Amino acid sequence: MQVFPFIVVAWVLAVGLYGIVTSRHLIHQIVCLIVVQSSTYVLLLGIGYRRGAVAPYFSDIPVHTPAVDPVVQALALTDVVVEAAVTALLLSFAIQAHKRFGTLDPHELVQLKG
Amino acid sequence: MNVVAVAAPPPVPLALMDVLQITLLVLVGAGATAVALIRSPVRQVIALSAYGLLLALLFLAFQAPDVTLSELCIGAVALPILLLLALAKVRRREE
Amino acid sequence: MTAAQRRWLFLAGAAGFAAFYLWGLTGLPGFGHYPGPYGDIINRIAVAQTNATGVVSAVNFEYRGFDTVAEEYILFVAAIGVSTVLRQLRGERERAARDEAVGRRVPPTSDAVRVLSLMLIGPTLVMGWFLASHAQTSPSGGFQGGVVLATSFILLYLAGEFLVFERVSPLDITDAVGAVGAGGFAAIGITAVGLGLAYLTNFLPLGSTPGAVSSSGTIALISFFVGLEVGAAFVLIVSELLEQTLLLRHRS
Repeated sequence: MQVFPFIVVAWVLAVGLYGIVTSRHLIHQIVCLIVVQSSTYVLLLGIGYRRGAVAPYFSDIPVHTPAVDPVVQALALTDVVVEAAVTALLLSFAIQAHKRFGTLDPHELVQLKG
Repeated sequence: MNVVAVAAPPPVPLALMDVLQITLLVLVGAGATAVALIRSPVRQVIALSAYGLLLALLFLAFQAPDVTLSELCIGAVALPILLLLALAKVRRREE
Repeated sequence: MTAAQRRWLFLAGAAGFAAFYLWGLTGLPGFGHYPGPYGDIINRIAVAQTNATGVVSAVNFEYRGFDTVAEEYILFVAAIGVSTVLRQLRGERERAARDEAVGRRVPPTSDAVRVLSLMLIGPTLVMGWFLASHAQTSPSGGFQGGVVLATSFILLYLAGEFLVFERVSPLDITDAVGAVGAGGFAAIGITAVGLGLAYLTNFLPLGSTPGAVSSSGTIALISFFVGLEVGAAFVLIVSELLEQTLLLRHRS
């Protein structure tokens, strides 16, 4: 349990990158990028986690209760939302590319450019 | 407000929490593999939605309810909608 | 480069990454043994300093407020980018629209989906509003609340009411709400400067009860503006994409 979450992080990152490298479809690539990015959330929250601690909300518990790190949670939280907006931007580029060149295969797109 | 120095016992026993986290981590790893390896974009989007749900549950087990909420809205709902709309557009032109 | 070459190059890189990563793991504190001082310090002082019982929101909208401004503007710029890229496409479409996808049948929305979506619109809207305005107390805030608010508009589309969706979220109003949200955040920061404080200093009264809706000063206000901006950005993005795909449904 000491390092297992971080191994999972590396696995998610690697498998997402593998998807991007072997992809033949731009939208498929974008989805793989989402997977790659999701590994960072697991990493951040994994670092901030403390065994036996509670979530950092002190509405109904005393302030001295041991709680997990709120800073990494704040980072992950905004990342998730920004990721969606960036995905939308990438998707609009993919639509535009499809409109211009009639294909979403990155290999064919490279040949068209060259 | 009740200011007691003694920490309340965690609502879920620690050993059970560990089991839950390990199970969810394995599921997230498997989910990521599935999403990255599925080649058909539409099926991949459905898998991504399920993967978002798994991530949200994992974040809940990591004591991060706010990130759970964020991931639930974005990963399981908003992203699939955006992706399906883009795919609908692209597929229509291919037909 | 061929696909096989790419794969081998990737596998070589991944092997190197795995080696370094495993090496690095030996120096990391184990999972569940949080080492850093920052989280503990903030957990100890945040409630007393800001009267917000949700420490994550306090971090987001107070301690790293300057960073969050930038994050919010990433969102803003991405939404602008989507509509810029797609609007150019929309102008071009007028010629191509006629010969595309002739005879395609769009299946009508089923009654079950319609009824369920219409029923969920109200609760979703209330939920989003609640989340955006209760950042200081519960695991919520503008980012999640904004997305839920946008979801309630998307449900309108799901109910098959695209014309209503267009009517309740015309682009001008959505743009204006987004601008108010994005500008409001920056304006709060500048107001603090005007009062002779540092940018984004919490200058409003903090209230007497930690966790009350009226407590936490600017945190609640900023969260609300972020909610407006995020909601507007997502409605804008979805309606731009919808207009791309749904022109056909209008015509057929």
